[in-house]
Amino acid sequence: MVDEGTRKTLSGIPLLQTKAGPRDKELWIQRLKEEYQSLIKYVQNNKEADNDWFRLESNKEGTRWFGKCWYIHDLLKYEFEVEFDIPVTYPHTAPEIALPELDGKTAKMYRGGKICLSDHFKPLWGRNVPKFGLSHAMALGLGPWLAVEVPDLISKGIITYKEKEPEKAT
Amino acid sequence: MGTLVELQAKIAELEEKLKAAQQFVVKREKIDVMSSEVVDTNPYSRLMALKRMGIVDNYESIRNFTVAVVGVGGVGSVTAEMLTRCGIGRLLLFDYDKVELANMNRLFFQPHQAGISKVEAAAQTLRNINPDVDIQTYNYNITTVDNFQHFMDTISTQSLTGGNVDLLLSCVDNFEARYAINTACNELNQIWIESGVSENAVSGHIQLIIPGETACFACAPPLVVASHIDEKTLKKDGVCAASLPTTMGIIAGLLVQNTLKYLLKFGSTANYLGYSALIDFFPTMKLKPNPSCDDSYCKIRQTEFSSKPKLITDDQKVEEEKPLHEDNNWGISLVDESLPEGDCKEEIATGISLAYALPRQDVDVSPGSASAADGINLDDLMAQMKSI
Repeated sequence: MVDEGTRKTLSGIPLLQTKAGPRDKELWIQRLKEEYQSLIKYVQNNKEADNDWFRLESNKEGTRWFGKCWYIHDLLKYEFEVEFDIPVTYPHTAPEIALPELDGKTAKMYRGGKICLSDHFKPLWGRNVPKFGLSHAMALGLGPWLAVEVPDLISKGIITYKEKEPEKAT
Repeated sequence: MGTLVELQAKIAELEEKLKAAQQFVVKREKIDVMSSEVVDTNPYSRLMALKRMGIVDNYESIRNFTVAVVGVGGVGSVTAEMLTRCGIGRLLLFDYDKVELANMNRLFFQPHQAGISKVEAAAQTLRNINPDVDIQTYNYNITTVDNFQHFMDTISTQSLTGGNVDLLLSCVDNFEARYAINTACNELNQIWIESGVSENAVSGHIQLIIPGETACFACAPPLVVASHIDEKTLKKDGVCAASLPTTMGIIAGLLVQNTLKYLLKFGSTANYLGYSALIDFFPTMKLKPNPSCDDSYCKIRQTEFSSKPKLITDDQKVEEEKPLHEDNNWGISLVDESLPEGDCKEEIATGISLAYALPRQDVDVSPGSASAADGINLDDLMAQMKSI
């Protein structure tokens, strides 16, 4: 289920310790700190490996997360907004990561642009409560989803490259 | 623009259409007391006949009950309709979704309702079917922090008696929502029935959860009815979930049947009832709670339950306490081989297996873990993340 490359990525992401959700007041702050530490380390790893692919930030309470992720295909960068809520039952249940702008464009999504994680990710998450955090959800959930779906959506012409700087247009 | 005559003709035509449409809107008046009188105009005569048949002692007591239906989709909408037709006292409907044309392969909703919220569309239809039922709608996602508290407050205060609802029915389609319901019900000591239909549409189940007495949703990994399909052959190209009106209707039927049995106290209520459509197989079993369940309230309820005096109702219960083998001449015992994971292929009852196995809960503090030193400030971390 998990290949060598993923295993290597995983080994570089700090695991979490505190089993606490957003209803656990003090303990949640502790968990949130661990989440941020783990995410910061993961993003740093990605940058070092020249594989930087997302940014995330949260509201003050750490219950709502938003940011960007991008995927490089044929040397072109496709960027998407990411958002999700931390469910009350977190970390027993994984967050439902959504890419709202792709809602309705692929069937591998639930309403509101929530990506389909049931097969490749959720059982893995279930076995690793509470050690897995948001960084793992990104690495094992969203990452593989983008790698499979984005090239497919591009080949079908459902998403097209949007130029950021006009001079790049050919 | 049309001429005056054309416009007048158009008005006449539309008035005609309106009149025809209004003919269908026959409003049934509210009925104060359920009558067993056998006349064509009594909507309750066939239900009240259950008393004469000796099945139910006091059918009209159904009007005192409040049932919460969480998730008004393929299973939940049909469940709500059945309860409405049965004359339930009050229905609380929870869902945050809208009706879509993609829902039309299932029962209940109609194409003209596309775009309306599911709870609102359902309430309109249901009030029309039976105005005696008090229907309350809650259009939000119960798993978010803000809504969850409101959800808990609602199911613990909005029954006809002002307390916990008499039964909560989970008709949701995802693990997160089930887990949220489980958390709420364990905290509130709320009895509920979980229901589900598999993503391949050919199996389903219902499970009665009495906090502390039967296994809660967090006690074990989700159970699946053996599908008789090799998982590897399951191609999900292009679709996340399949659904059939048949399977959903059957599960809704089983769910409401057991709801009626539970509320009106007839027959025996199923603890776990599975359904495998491919071979028409209905496994049943009783699930005991897990003493080391992850949910702290589940453990509290288990302690409460074990301290309560119990009524032994059948012989089976006595038998369960006996050791499997009376004599053990050879001193055979089970040895813990410390498998890293349990085997999920192991069947727990005929035809039922776990969706996945949980690892053994060893306390491992791995060196690479994010140890949040107390000195670190959350705001600093947030700022650091932002500035990367």
